[in-house]
Order: sequence, then C-alpha cells, then structure tokens
Amino acid sequence: MRNILMVIEKQIKDTFKNKTILIQFILFPAMTLIMENAITMKDMPELFFTRLFSVMYIGMAPLTSTAAIISEEKERNTLRVLMMANVKPVQYLIGVGVYVWSICMIGACVMATGLPGEKVPAYLAVMAVGFVISIIAGACIGIWSKNQMAATSLVMPVMMILSFLPMIAIFNGSVEKISKIFYTKQIMDLMDGIILKETAGIGRFGLSVIVINSALLIVFFLLAYRKKGLE
Amino acid sequence: MITCKGLCKSYGDKKVLDGIDLDIKDGSIIGLLGPSGAGKTTMIKILTGQLDASGGSVEVFGKDVKNLTGDDKRNFGIMMDNFGVYERFTCRDNLKVYADIYGVPKENIEKILEEVGLGDSIKKPASALSKGMKARLRLARAFIHSPKVIFLDEPTSGLDPQSMRSIHKMITDKKEEGCTIFLATHNMEEASKLCDEIYLLNEGKIVEKGKPEEICRRYNRLKKIRIHLTDGKDMEVSAGSESADTINALMRSGMLETIHSTEPTLETVFLELTGRGLQEAG
Repeated sequence: MRNILMVIEKQIKDTFKNKTILIQFILFPAMTLIMENAITMKDMPELFFTRLFSVMYIGMAPLTSTAAIISEEKERNTLRVLMMANVKPVQYLIGVGVYVWSICMIGACVMATGLPGEKVPAYLAVMAVGFVISIIAGACIGIWSKNQMAATSLVMPVMMILSFLPMIAIFNGSVEKISKIFYTKQIMDLMDGIILKETAGIGRFGLSVIVINSALLIVFFLLAYRKKGLE
Repeated sequence: MITCKGLCKSYGDKKVLDGIDLDIKDGSIIGLLGPSGAGKTTMIKILTGQLDASGGSVEVFGKDVKNLTGDDKRNFGIMMDNFGVYERFTCRDNLKVYADIYGVPKENIEKILEEVGLGDSIKKPASALSKGMKARLRLARAFIHSPKVIFLDEPTSGLDPQSMRSIHKMITDKKEEGCTIFLATHNMEEASKLCDEIYLLNEGKIVEKGKPEEICRRYNRLKKIRIHLTDGKDMEVSAGSESADTINALMRSGMLETIHSTEPTLETVFLELTGRGLQEAG
C-alpha cells in the first residue's frame, strides 16, 4: 500500500511540473466552462458542450496521460529503478491508474457544474466508468511502447477514433453506425439520456459494447504486459 | 556474500557470459574490468536479479538469486549507467521518492545530498544539473537506504576529473563504512585505484583475476628498472642484484632523479591477454 501511495504522491507532484499532462487534464473542463457560459445559440441542445467535451475528455485525457506517464518512465529507465526498489509492477500500475482516474474525476466534477444537481451522480458514474476503460487503453499503449515517441504515435489514432468518432457521428449516419461499436459512443448516448431525458438507460447492445470493449482491452493489456512487462 | 559458479548467459547463439566464477567477500571493492560489450552490465543485471542466467549458479547472501525476497533486495544499491532521474523533480524530491519506498527518515535526504556534494543544489531541478552532478544524484539514490552491497555500472563514464575524484571518494567512504562494492568499469585507472580485486572480462570470459598490483607484477616480463637521470636521459637496468652497484653509483653521484619499475599497466595486460584495448567497443 505504501508503494502505491508513493506512486500517487510522485505523480501528483509531477502534475504541476509536467505541462503536457496538466493541459490534458484541464483543457476540456476549462473549455466546457467557457463554452457553456460564453456561447448561447438558438435551438442549441441543452448542455451541448458538456456532452460533447465529456466524451472527448474520456477519450483523450486518461488515454494520453496514462500512456505518456508509463512510456516516459520506461524511456528514462526510472521505472526500472522503481522496480529494483521493490515496487511491484501491479503497484505501479494501480498507483498511476488511481492518480489519473482521480484527477480526471476532479475534471469531471468541474464539467458537471452546469448540470442539475439530481443528474450529477449519474453523470459522474458514467464518466468514472469511461475513465477506467480509457486508462486501461492508455496502459496498454504505455506498456507496448518503448518510448514516448512510440507511445504518441500509437495514442494519436486511438484517441482520434475514441474522441472524434462519436462527435462526427452527430453529423453523419454512416460514421454513427461505425462509432456504435466503440465505448465512447455508447457513453455519449448514455450521457444524452442523463442530460436530455428524465431517465437514463442503456440498452442491451450498448451494455454489450461497453463490456466487450473493456474485456478486449483487458485481454490486450494482459498480452502486452506478458510480452513486454514494464521493463 | 556473492558467489557465481559457471555462470552463463546467451542470447540465441551469442554467448554474452561464458562460465564465470566469482567470489565476492564482505567489505571489499571488486572490479569487473572490460571493454564495452564485454558483458559487464549483463553480469550486474544477473547478480541483482534483473535478468535470469542461462546456466550456472548465483548465490547472494547465501541464497539463490532467484529466491531473493524484496527484503533481501533492499540491501542492494544499484547505479546503472542508463538509470535516469526524474528530470522535473528537485534533487530532494528525487530522493524523497526512494526515501518513502525504503522508509528512510526525511532528514537523511539532506544529509546524503550533503555527503555527495549536492548540498547547495537541494532545490534545483535535476534537469538543471550537470552530467557530473546527475551522476552524484544517482549515486545518492543508490546510497540512500544504506545498502550492504552496491553495484556500480560505469559510475564515472564521461565525467570530468573533478567529478570523478569526488565519486571515487564516495565509493571509498562507503567501503570504509563496511559496504561491499561491485564496480563494473572500462576505466583501468579507476579499477587500479579503487579495487581490492579485479576480474578482467573479455567476450564473456574472465581472462585474469587478482589484486591490481599482483596482476601487473605477474605480467612484468621485462624485469627491468627504469632510471631517469638529472641530465634528462633515461636508462634501463636489469632488476637483478647485478644492477645494485650501478644504481648505488648513480645515487652517490647525485645523477639519479627518479627510479621506476617496468611493470605493465592493466591496459597493457588486457591487451596482451586479449589482443584488444579496454577502450575499444565490443
């Protein structure tokens, strides 16, 4: 437990020194606040920017930051030093995961400020699930990549698919069909239910997509970890 | 404390270590001297449990290295050539990460930074440190938990003479405190100066071992004495008793300025044994 807390403490300290990661965490919450308050258009759906940026936040921040943190430690060999100091790989991964999830949840709380109070718990619960799945995806990329450059080149296409596809799906029917197989689109639909309707629900198909996406990522994570480890 | 018998490591057909026998006693500095690519880093990785051997046995603290527990490994201090530091963190924060892991009191952080000569740079980010200062920070990290065995892989590689000297002092200080130090280097002077015993490693094999001065004596084929005279000339006489009168006469006449043995350096010994220099890449 001490090692996990140490990893979390180290990452928190690094947040304020690592501008690349810091921007990832604050960009979308800040954009949401600004856009929701600054832009009001006729016929614009309720909390349009909150819905839009929430899904983009899920698809970007946890994914890129987790991959960046792990790949940077691998590149600089600081991860090996931690392992030699008897920090177990699982402790390190939990520490990084909890840290990224917690910071993202703070961001989600900021984004939820425009929501009616009764809708906030459901919104945060959906965000929390989305963050966990994206963290696993980020960890896969971080483990698979030798260095930050390799991680960035892997993160970019994954991030584009997860973040932008649900957004483009609003304007294009064909893209919508494809995007339905990704958890971010299902989360966006769920979010719409929470924000725009009285009751939120997820169909059997939506639930299956989220479960299958998660299962595939866990399998990929285990394969990557088994093949590459954290070295 | 550390014993290897017939240690082998292969990557496919390539043998990186081939039948290494090693016996490291408590409180000594052991040097593994060899050119780049000789297998020094692989050796340290195996001894510290970072890498599995392909054959042979390694015992550390009386246990097979594969069975070492986390508590056993706590007694290791490791400074590898490629181990980085947290560039955005200050020197203090860099060490605090490891102090927290090892349960070392925070007061020790400043003490160890003072010891390695980084007392004035406690609040400096690691990215602002020079190469020599970073090496000292990495050394401080290896020392912070007062380990029993310290593994150093090329600790002074690429450093200026002043940084080198200060690192050498830290290493000898640690030896005086009772630590066992395993030093992998291609720097012959460093090995001669610091090590109690040296193993010369070439292409994965130990080609010679012993005390540095003993190895040099063993390969002293010339058996001559080199004399530098006050008039600037040099002369060589045999090291036997027949030269006693000549040397005596030179001393009496005041012409003898300095007198030297003709033992080879470790570099020369290595060259004789392997046909390659210590500075050559593998």
